[in-house]
Amino acid sequence: MTLLTIENLSKRFSSGGREVAAVSDVSLTLEPGETLGLVGASGSGKSTLARILMRLLPADAGAIQFEGKDWLTLSGAELRRHRARMQMVFQDVLGAFNPRATVASVLDDPLRIHAIVPKAERPRAIAALLDRVGLPASYAERSIRDVSGGQRQRIAIARAIATKPSLIVLDEAVSALDVSIRGKILELLVELQEERGISYLFVSHDLAVLRAVSHRIAVMETGRLVETGPMRQVIENPQSPAAKALIGAVPRLVTEPTEGPSHDV
Amino acid sequence: MRLLRDLVRTPEGAIGLGILTALVLVALFAPVLSAGDPLRIAGRALLPPFTDPAFPLGTDRLGRDVLAGILHGTRTSLSVGLAAALAAIAIGLCVGLTAGFAGGLVDEGLMRVVDAFQIVPSFLLALAFVSVIGASVPVVVLAIALGAWADPARLTRAQVLSIRERDYVASARVIGMHPAEIAFREILPNALPPVLALSAIIVAAAILTEAALSFLGLGDPNVVTWGSMIAEGRNILRSSPSLSIFPGIALVVTVVGVYLFSEGLTKALGGRRLEP
Repeated sequence: MTLLTIENLSKRFSSGGREVAAVSDVSLTLEPGETLGLVGASGSGKSTLARILMRLLPADAGAIQFEGKDWLTLSGAELRRHRARMQMVFQDVLGAFNPRATVASVLDDPLRIHAIVPKAERPRAIAALLDRVGLPASYAERSIRDVSGGQRQRIAIARAIATKPSLIVLDEAVSALDVSIRGKILELLVELQEERGISYLFVSHDLAVLRAVSHRIAVMETGRLVETGPMRQVIENPQSPAAKALIGAVPRLVTEPTEGPSHDV
Repeated sequence: MRLLRDLVRTPEGAIGLGILTALVLVALFAPVLSAGDPLRIAGRALLPPFTDPAFPLGTDRLGRDVLAGILHGTRTSLSVGLAAALAAIAIGLCVGLTAGFAGGLVDEGLMRVVDAFQIVPSFLLALAFVSVIGASVPVVVLAIALGAWADPARLTRAQVLSIRERDYVASARVIGMHPAEIAFREILPNALPPVLALSAIIVAAAILTEAALSFLGLGDPNVVTWGSMIAEGRNILRSSPSLSIFPGIALVVTVVGVYLFSEGLTKALGGRRLEP
């Protein structure tokens, strides 16, 4: 059964009398256990799409089916309850946490709100979550500000898996991280997917990252979905100009001698 | 506690805190330092300062002890200043939070009321209020608060509007936190620090407004205040300037102390936010 179906989703922003179509007529599907890489240049509307999906922004038109429910019509307490099934990891590893929070309080919130673990057992559950993302249990007492960026992203992932979701939206989740840490976080995400069958909607502008984790890739340009296909097909044989431009923009190490005379010295 | 440590580390904060602590101690122990009613006639009239050890700062036209007046005046100035600032901050916080969270028509309506209060000069407002209702300490407090709540309301609203859009609020929504919990646990504590820094300035302004009201004879006539002492001394400013100078110095020291404290507080809070 398809986990997520997005149908003809549209969202316009108006600023200063000018209307901008951030997302226009986007349709997508996502299967359980699958990673869909959503790629596009900045301003292509991919983050807006992610935020509509998370119900952080209202959509203008279209429908979303998630786990068989009409996701956009849920509201109030019912929406809050169902949010447990769809979680998000943000790009900004600092801004995504209340500056007054401790590691324990960050992980305690989902467990408490969704009554997943009784109060007495929560410290143990928090330690287990920290352990799962590769951090020592002693981190629980630390302030979130005293933890490095890569560790903060591990904590964000622990918070996201605390409610046992079936879908996690990763909004540029490794873009702010050091390249050496990036690989480790991606490994952790893949491990969690294999272990728990979580689906990922991985939003990124970086094809190199998406190539490492995606099963399928969807390319967005100025609010429209211009190309969708299996990862290998999109990367090796891009059809749309937008996909070609993104692939051309991936920096690579020059290993072979350049053809013809070099123009620059 | 950490804030206090940061505060003392700045020179302004340390001096301001020292002055304020001394003033609070004087205010608390005024009845011990100078027993009896400071408004009673204690000795010969117009005794010059530094002549009689019983009256170190001399006496006024009616023979009242100037030092006793200044010591007891600390109580009035600080308590009226603090109470008015507290009331202003409380009203401002409530209005600002409501406007920031509710948005739409409620926000528009409340902010127009704020505009109205900001347009009227706060001292004129206090003057009119006290003249109509009558001079007593609670009325003076309310009158000063009425002219001072608009700034904290504006600041609180701006803070709420800015913090509402942060990722950690989105993150709290994503995990399904109740909107009330988001407001009081995620947004409010992070919106407060700049409002607290502003509150020190409001205290200083409130102390000055109280002094000005008393100077014009609109303070509570049953308590001694620095403003009324200055007004009293004004009539014989040329022959005994000390009667106005001493309460004036007290007023300046207090306001400078509050300003330094607020400066230190702002620095301490600012330094904290810069930490990674």
